[in-house]
Amino acid sequence: MSAGPPAAASSDRAAAAAHEDWGGTGGPAPPTYEAALAALAAVRPDLVVMTAENRAAIRNLPPLLGPRFVDVGICEQTMIGAAAGLALRGRTPVVHALSTFLVMRAFEFIRTDVGIGNLPVKLIGAVPGFLSDGNGPTHQALEDVALMRGIPHMQVICPADEEELIAALPAIVDSRAPCYVRYNAMRPAVAHTTPFEIGRAELLAPGDAGADGSAGAGVTLLTYGFLLREVAEARRLLEERGVPAALINLRTLKPLDEAAVLAAARRSRLLVAVEDHFQTGGLYSILAELLVGRGLPCRLHSISLGERWFKPALLADVLAHEGFTGEAIAAKVLAAAGEPGGRSELDETWTDRPGGAARPAGWR
Amino acid sequence: LSPETAATVATRSSPSPPSTAGEGASAAWELDQLPALALRVREHIVRLATGGGCFIGASLSCADLLVHLYTRILRLTPETLGDPGRDYLFLSKGHDVPALYGTLAELGYIPRQRLGNHLKTSDSIYWHPNRAVPGVEFHSGSLGHLLSVAIGVALDIRLRGGPNRVWVILGDGELDEGSVWEACLVASALRLDNLTAIVDRNEFQANVRTEELVPLEPIPAKFEAFGWSCRTADGHDFGALEAALGPLREAPLAPGRPSVVVARTVRGKGLPSIEARADRWFANFTAEEIDGLLAELHGGPSRGLTSEGLVVR
Repeated sequence: MSAGPPAAASSDRAAAAAHEDWGGTGGPAPPTYEAALAALAAVRPDLVVMTAENRAAIRNLPPLLGPRFVDVGICEQTMIGAAAGLALRGRTPVVHALSTFLVMRAFEFIRTDVGIGNLPVKLIGAVPGFLSDGNGPTHQALEDVALMRGIPHMQVICPADEEELIAALPAIVDSRAPCYVRYNAMRPAVAHTTPFEIGRAELLAPGDAGADGSAGAGVTLLTYGFLLREVAEARRLLEERGVPAALINLRTLKPLDEAAVLAAARRSRLLVAVEDHFQTGGLYSILAELLVGRGLPCRLHSISLGERWFKPALLADVLAHEGFTGEAIAAKVLAAAGEPGGRSELDETWTDRPGGAARPAGWR
Repeated sequence: LSPETAATVATRSSPSPPSTAGEGASAAWELDQLPALALRVREHIVRLATGGGCFIGASLSCADLLVHLYTRILRLTPETLGDPGRDYLFLSKGHDVPALYGTLAELGYIPRQRLGNHLKTSDSIYWHPNRAVPGVEFHSGSLGHLLSVAIGVALDIRLRGGPNRVWVILGDGELDEGSVWEACLVASALRLDNLTAIVDRNEFQANVRTEELVPLEPIPAKFEAFGWSCRTADGHDFGALEAALGPLREAPLAPGRPSVVVARTVRGKGLPSIEARADRWFANFTAEEIDGLLAELHGGPSRGLTSEGLVVR
């Protein structure tokens, strides 16, 4: 596998950049995934932490875990097979690698050893989606959700930030199902309002609905992972434009909080799925499958990467270039909703713009 | 993370499971009983080669290996299948599972009549191993997987300080898979000397001789270069297998290194009409042909086979 160490270093840089960009204050260090995992391992002797030489998130664990920290080197397939073997003996392996190499290089091992065996192996995929920032398309996991949710029994969990990741961790290791986690250690994206629960979404803004969320919102935005921050900003901007929108942080894509989605579909004229994933197989597909299956004629719009890899750059520039800033998302939603001030991806591709970071013309 | 937390984490591990697997079946079987047992296993294999067929060639090549392991080497009995202190055998070249089915049936792990359920939806006796069959430790069929799975089991046994050992049967054609060599690197790096691989060196892969497609020799030197200790043995000579595998029941060939035994075998062993033939990998014979092959197994003349040789399945 190419460039384990550079990718890890890049991930560190991305995290640091994100920390700066997104409101790092220099205050007390927030709780970390690493500390949460160590604390769980201290009380759960079944936990074994593994990595295919991707240590960015677990650098300090070897002396704490001793022989329960296993670094197999750049051997994703062997790591998954060995994790299955450990699970056969009653362990709960928590394995780490970059998402692309974890779910694609080792896909058949995940599907065949972990999936057919239905073993509680926890797959922690680093730098998924846009979080691979400057690494380039070899490192862009934009089909990971599609691949992992296609495996029977596999849970797919996509925390919006490190706070949510830490909140999810006990449920992840308690579950006896195999589980894929889109690892994300960003600063909190929003003030979370709902305790984490596998299969339960977080309704962050009811749009123009009543307090019970039942009345008619025009638009509901649905997203997962670190993009929640940008989508929350888009929602705020839409509200300023007089287009109130509800916002759902899905958190777990499998199992899906079907009740939350169906309620949104009943009260909205437009659902918008925002994701740093190819259009095929991710949230847009998940929602479409549910809505068609239940016969709900709600419009569903995708803001995704369609069928393209993204332009590699530092994360903030990637978001601007690809049209995934709060402002750009809001403009796309307005276009999809037929409101003035909208800017459809069909009008002009966002990637055509020189410099990539400019605001849509006429915005605000 | 405080030092107290560190100390707590480092010293917490699951208690060693009780080792009641005992001496396994080995005490009950003398070497001179094994040829007759292996013959009965081969009869099962031949009977599975009709009504849909099976991978007969590769099954016959490793029948003696499996018989020897289950009777003389593994600390395992039908009663200790769930004991964490048992020895583990993983069949990584899963298509030779008829030899395992036959061995398990003869040694009381499964009723013999269950083999009559081959390819029936009412049971789980099919062309590759699965855990619905008592004695099968893990499913296989996709080559290049179970050495990695065995690493995980061997690693956990070492974490718990267990004395039990882990065995993996690999096909020689399976050595084409890169994941085998990845696992060899990792097993060596982890110094898993409670792990032993056995290569069923029958010199064929599905359609052709291995050396005519992707040459594998020198296999022992390759394993040695990857940090393993290697021996070779005649895979059809129980005396030779005893000499090669017996000591590995107690200790690795070298401390700190995984061990491998390259067992020289013959594809289709026991049936001269299909031995070492590229077109008898997977076969589905008529009932009459099965009768002829059973007679041939007992030393009768070859009657000739007219069923089409199914080269690939």
